[in-house]
Amino acid sequence: MVFRAIFEKLKVGLSKTRGVFSGFASLFRLRGKVDRNFLAEMEKRLYLADVGVTATFLIIEQVRQSFLNKEIGEDVETFVKQQLKEMLTAGEGISYAANGPTVVMVAGVNGSGKTTSIAKLARRLQQDGKKVLVAACDTYRAAAVEQLTVWSERIGCEIVKNQQGSDPASVAHDACERAKARGFDVLIVDTAGRLHTQKHLMRELEKIHRVVARQIPGAPHEVLLVLDATTGQNAIAQAENFEKAVRCSGIILAKLDGTAKGGAIFAIKQKIDLPVKFVGVGETLDDLEPFDPDSYVEALFA
Amino acid sequence: MFEGIQRNLSEALKKLRGRGRITEANVRDAMQEVRRALLDADVNYTVANDFVQRVTERSIGQQVLRTLDPSEQIFKIVYDELVALMGPVDTGFHFAKDRPTVIMLCGLQGQGKTTSAGKLALTLRERGRKPMLVAADLQRPAAVDQLKVLGDQIGVTVYSEPPPVSPVDVCRRALDHAKKYLLDTVILDTAGRLHVDEMPMDELRQIDRSCRPDQVFFVCDAMTGQDAVNSAKAFNEALDLNGVILTKMDGDARGGAALSIKSVAQVPIKFIGVGEKLDRLEEFRPEGMAQRILGQGDILSLVEKVASIQQQIGEEERLEQQRKLEKGDFTLDDFRKQFEQMKKMGPMKDLLGSMPGMSEMISEDEDPEKAFTRIQGMIDSMTKEERRNPDVIDINRRRRIAAGSGTEPPEIKQFLAQFTQMREVMRKMSQMSIWERVKMVTGMGQKGAFLPGAKVFNKKGDTGHRKSPKERAKERKNKRKKR
Ligand SMILES: Nc1nc2c(ncn2[C@@H]2O[C@H](COP(=O)(O)OP(=O)(O)OP(=O)(O)O)[C@@H](O)[C@H]2O)c(=O)[nH]1
Ligand SMILES: Nc1nc2c(ncn2[C@@H]2O[C@H](COP(=O)(O)OP(=O)(O)OP(=O)(O)O)[C@@H](O)[C@H]2O)c(=O)[nH]1
Ligand SMILES: [Mg+2]
Ligand SMILES: [Mg+2]
Repeated sequence: MVFRAIFEKLKVGLSKTRGVFSGFASLFRLRGKVDRNFLAEMEKRLYLADVGVTATFLIIEQVRQSFLNKEIGEDVETFVKQQLKEMLTAGEGISYAANGPTVVMVAGVNGSGKTTSIAKLARRLQQDGKKVLVAACDTYRAAAVEQLTVWSERIGCEIVKNQQGSDPASVAHDACERAKARGFDVLIVDTAGRLHTQKHLMRELEKIHRVVARQIPGAPHEVLLVLDATTGQNAIAQAENFEKAVRCSGIILAKLDGTAKGGAIFAIKQKIDLPVKFVGVGETLDDLEPFDPDSYVEALFA
Repeated sequence: MFEGIQRNLSEALKKLRGRGRITEANVRDAMQEVRRALLDADVNYTVANDFVQRVTERSIGQQVLRTLDPSEQIFKIVYDELVALMGPVDTGFHFAKDRPTVIMLCGLQGQGKTTSAGKLALTLRERGRKPMLVAADLQRPAAVDQLKVLGDQIGVTVYSEPPPVSPVDVCRRALDHAKKYLLDTVILDTAGRLHVDEMPMDELRQIDRSCRPDQVFFVCDAMTGQDAVNSAKAFNEALDLNGVILTKMDGDARGGAALSIKSVAQVPIKFIGVGEKLDRLEEFRPEGMAQRILGQGDILSLVEKVASIQQQIGEEERLEQQRKLEKGDFTLDDFRKQFEQMKKMGPMKDLLGSMPGMSEMISEDEDPEKAFTRIQGMIDSMTKEERRNPDVIDINRRRRIAAGSGTEPPEIKQFLAQFTQMREVMRKMSQMSIWERVKMVTGMGQKGAFLPGAKVFNKKGDTGHRKSPKERAKERKNKRKKR
C-alpha cells in the first residue's frame, strides 16, 4: 500500500513533465542494438536525474560491458534497473533504543525540508503508537520555533522550546531531560539549517550532538540528514561533511514530488554508504514514505 | 577543481603546443574536460553540450598563440563565453513614478524567498526607497511570523491579514495600504510551490493579473541541479520573469544553475544571496560566476594574461596591416582576413560602411551576408599566387575561379577592379588607421571588439515595462505561429 502510494505520487510528479524530461521507458522502446547512440541516450537520462559524472560513468560502463551489440529489449531493461536498485538499499525504519527514549536528530542545509519532515515523521511515529516529543533547536532562523510549534499543535505532540536567539544545545539538554522524566518514546530534535562549509555552525551541531549523547546513553540513535531532491552534485559534499560532523544514520530525501529525482543519492551511497530512509513527497503530514529502491528506480524510468 | 580542469586541459592539449591552428580533432579531448567540469558544476546536460559545441566552433581556426599554453587559450575562450552568456547585468529596479512599484518573488519551496524579500527591502531602503513587505504566503506554518520578524529587524512595515483570506486579496489590499501610507515600493513574498502544481501556479497568475508587478523575481537555490531549467521555464511561462535571485551562494555549490537558467529561459541573474543575514545580498557578477562554475583558482589573472598576449598580437597584426596598406601591398588574403574579423563583430549590414569601398562591392538589393559569402568563395577559389598578386588573373584564370566559386567570370573581373580601387583608397586613407576609421564609422570601439576572438554582445534592452498578461499571450501566439 505504502509502496503504491509513493509510486503513484512519484509517477504523477514525473508524468506531468513528460515533455521536459521523458523518462527511461521510451529508451528501452528504442529498436536496434545497444550501441553508442543508445548508451549516449541513457547517459543523458542519468545526467538529467542528477546522478552525476562518476556514478553515471559507472552505470554506463556496466551496461556497455554486458550488453554492447546485443539487441535492445527486456533483458537490458531488467539489467539496468537491477543494477540501479542494487546500488541502493531499502529504507529501514527508525532503530529504537533498547530502553529509554530514542533520540532522532535531524540536520541539513538551509531550507531542505527539516522542520516539515520532522512534523511528518512525528505523526508517523505517533500512528505507530509512540509518544513523541519534539525539540525546537533552531533558535536562529526567524520564526523557526513558531513553525515547529504550529506543527506540534496540529499533530498534538509536546514541544520543548526557548526564545529565538537562545542556546540550541541547552534546548536539546532540556528536551532530553523532559523525554526521560515524562517517559517519551521518541525525541525528535530539529536543528537550524546550515551550510556544511560553515565551520562554526558545524561545531554548534556537534555540540548539540554531544549534549544529547551525554544526557541519554547511546543517543542520538538516529541522525537523519535532510536533502532536497532538487539539489544537484552539492548533495554529495553535504552528505560527506554532515557525516563527518555528526555521523549520520540515514537520509530523508525531501521534495521528491517535483520533477527532480535526487539522483545524487547513488553517489552518496557509493561514497559513504549512507542510505535513504524516507522520502518527502509533499507539504502535508501524510507526505512521508519509507524509501523503496524498487519504486524509486521504477519512477526514474516512468 | 580549477587545478584539476586546468591540468586535464593542459594534458589534453599537449600536442597542440606552439603548432598551427586549433582544429576540431585536436580540441575534442579538451572539450570533453570542459563538459565534465560543467556537468560537475550542475550545468544542465543539454545546456552543457550546446555550450561545448559553440565553444568548439569558436576555437576552431584560431591560431595557437606562440607564447601561451594552448590550454590557457582554450580556458580563456570558455571563460569569455560563460561571461558573455550570463551577462550583462542590470540591477536597476525601474521604479514607477505615479504609484508604488511592485516587486514579486516566486519560486519552489525553501529556496530563500522570504529571506530575499527582507534583503531586497533593506537594499531598497538603502537606495532611498520606502519599502513595504507583504505576507502573501498563507501556506507554510508561521510564514507570516517569519516575515514579521524580518521586517522588525530592519524596521520595515509588513502588511498581513489574519486568516482566512486569499493571497490574491491580501496582495491587492496591500497596494491600497501602500498608497495610503505613501510607501513607494511593495515586495510580495509568495508561498513556495512546485511548477507542476496547477492550482498554486494559477494563484500566482491571479496575483500577477491583479497587482501587475513591475518586476517578478524567481528565487533559486544555488545548489539546484539539473531540474533548474524545468522550474525556471515553467515559472517564466506563467509569469514572464524579469530576473533571478540566486541564493545560498555562501556555500561551495558551483552554481551551474545560473548558466542553465540564463540559457534556457533567457532570464538574467540579478542578485545573489550570500548568507542568512539580511545584509547578505550582492549584485550578480558574471565574471565571478564563470570563475566559480569552472572551479576555484586564480582564473582572473590567467584571463588577464591571455588577453594581454592577444592584445599584443592584435597590435602586431594591426601594425603589419598598416604597413602593408601604406606600401599598397595589401593582398586579397589580408582583405579576407579583415572581413572575417569583421564578421565576428555583428550583422554585416551594420558594418558595410565601416570598410571603405566595401559597400560598392555589394549591390543594394543583395543580402550582405550572402554577398560576403560569395566574395569569400571567389577569394578561396584563387591560388596563393593569385591572392598575393591579382594582376596575374587572366580570362582563363577567371573562368576557373568562377567555376570554383559558382559565379560568372564577369563578376570576378568586377570584384577585382573594385578591390584594386579599394586598395588605392585605403592606401590614401592609411594615415588614419583603418581601425580607428572603423571605430569612427560604427561607434564600436568599446568592449575590445578588435581583439581577435572578442565578441560584441547586444545588451538586452530592459525597458522596465512589464508586459501585461494579454500582451504576453499575444506575443506567445505570434511566436508559435512563426514556428
Ligand atoms: N513539495 C514539497 N515541499 C516540501 C517538502 N518538504 C518540505 N517542503 C517545503 O519546503 C519548505 C522548507 O521546509 P522546512 O521544513 O521549513 O525546511 P527546513 O530545512 O526546516 O528549513 P530551515 O530550517 O530554514 O533550514 C517549506 O515550504 C515546506 O513546506 C516536500 O517533501 N515536498
Ligand atoms: N546560507 C544562506 N542561507 C540562506 C540564504 N537565503 C536564505 N537562506 C536560508 O534558507 C532557508 C530558507 O529560506 P526562506 O527565506 O524561508 O525560503 P522560502 O523560499 O521563503 O521558503 P518557503 O516560503 O518555505 O518556500 C532559511 O534557513 C534561510 O535562512 C543565503 O543566501 N545563504
Ligand atoms: Mg527548519
Ligand atoms: Mg517563505
